[in-house]
Amino acid sequence: MSLTPDDVPRLPRGVRMRFDAVRNAHVLLAPERTFDLDRNAVAVLTLVDGTRSIRAIADALSQTYEADRSVIEPDVIVMLNGLREKRVLDAGSPQDPPPPA
Amino acid sequence: MNAVTMNAVTMNAVTPALPAPIGLLAELTHRCPLRCPYCSNPLELDRRSAELDTATWERVLTEAAALGVLHVHLSGGEPTARQDIVAITAACARLGLYSNLITSGVGGALPKLDALSEAGLDHVQLSIQAAEAANAERIGGLRNAQPQKFAFAERVTALGLPLTLNAVIHRGNIDEVPAIIDLAVQLGAKRLEVAHTQYYGWAYVNRAALMPAKPEVDRSIRVVEEARARLKGRLVIDLVVPDYYARYPKACAGGWGRRLMNVTPTGKVLPCHAAETIPGLEFWHVQDRSLAEIWARSPAFAAYRGTAWMKEPCRSCDRRETDWGGCRCQALALAGDAAATDPACSLSPLHARVQALAVAESAIETAPDYRYRTIGGAPAAPIPEGAAS
Repeated sequence: MSLTPDDVPRLPRGVRMRFDAVRNAHVLLAPERTFDLDRNAVAVLTLVDGTRSIRAIADALSQTYEADRSVIEPDVIVMLNGLREKRVLDAGSPQDPPPPA
Repeated sequence: MNAVTMNAVTMNAVTPALPAPIGLLAELTHRCPLRCPYCSNPLELDRRSAELDTATWERVLTEAAALGVLHVHLSGGEPTARQDIVAITAACARLGLYSNLITSGVGGALPKLDALSEAGLDHVQLSIQAAEAANAERIGGLRNAQPQKFAFAERVTALGLPLTLNAVIHRGNIDEVPAIIDLAVQLGAKRLEVAHTQYYGWAYVNRAALMPAKPEVDRSIRVVEEARARLKGRLVIDLVVPDYYARYPKACAGGWGRRLMNVTPTGKVLPCHAAETIPGLEFWHVQDRSLAEIWARSPAFAAYRGTAWMKEPCRSCDRRETDWGGCRCQALALAGDAAATDPACSLSPLHARVQALAVAESAIETAPDYRYRTIGGAPAAPIPEGAAS
């Protein structure tokens, strides 16, 4: 099932974004995997904090980059869907209790 | 924004000729309560008295982080057999290194798990030998192992740690692949590795007892493909196909000296965990040199790095920077020449003989007994009849 704008994405334990100073790039570290992130992916994942909905993330991105929100939101959903299928991103609905730290 | 690509860290920022390693396999000890007959450890196992101390491991991890390593695989043997496993894990967390505990889940694993989680452990990879307890315990050579593993898995997920199950597949459990997939779901794993046995180390010694028949291999692959579709978004299944039956070989460790460093319990630094089987390679030790110097200049790492060492058919092959010639240790074991094309490759002149060998071994009606892995128990005549003989 695809994510919707109301879903609240978060990185589960064992998945984290890190700046890799040796390669001068951000990477997403996950079990047995390293994902190479471009600037757009970093911008999205920086806003994935377990409290913002996808709608709120798209709002924030459209303001920061003065870009068309109706283009950004579907792009964000495609990217986050891809990560969720690989089991490196979880999503809840806004009323879910926050996950344990 | 389709910018996320798997396993594709770009290396442009470092010296183009020498990418930085991304993974460190830290073999903390060879001690292990299990005695799996396919263990990837060498036949001559290191003893506890010769193991590196905590301070040396902490220095190695510090050097690894500075060198560009992102993932540290805390392995063994059973890594929780070390008293300082929590301190070593904490060092990884402090350095920003992603720590992956590769464990049997028995012995000291469960008692230390909460402390490991608190120290910042990122991920747990738990081995299972089979889904059915009696079979699993026969393969691992340890009674009562299965309930310990299940209790361990339960605690891993209760702590919120991501769990991967790893099952090495061979003749003795290949018909359990569907049950292993069910077990992974039941134990709450996010990932499952269905890893057909790689025939070096102890697995090479036990090859005739382990080699599955081709129709069973094909069936296991179909089962995995069906389960991947059915469990999409719930369980990721990684499949390592058995290379005696494969068309192309696996890039050993992602290419010799390209991505991975392996530090043995006594501090020897290897390009892959089986590299010591290749005679004449000079390995350097972490006690004598920094990891950066070893990565850049160790003769063992230089020996098969890149493509200049290759012979035909690798040298002119379009896949030479995909497969990197396959596995050097397997080339030595099967072709008698570590610089030969891995006979697992269908382009190797020895491939047909290797496949015939697998077919013949898997057809033996009653598989021979296992030669269980034991410290000090290296077989006197470790080499079964190979394709090169």
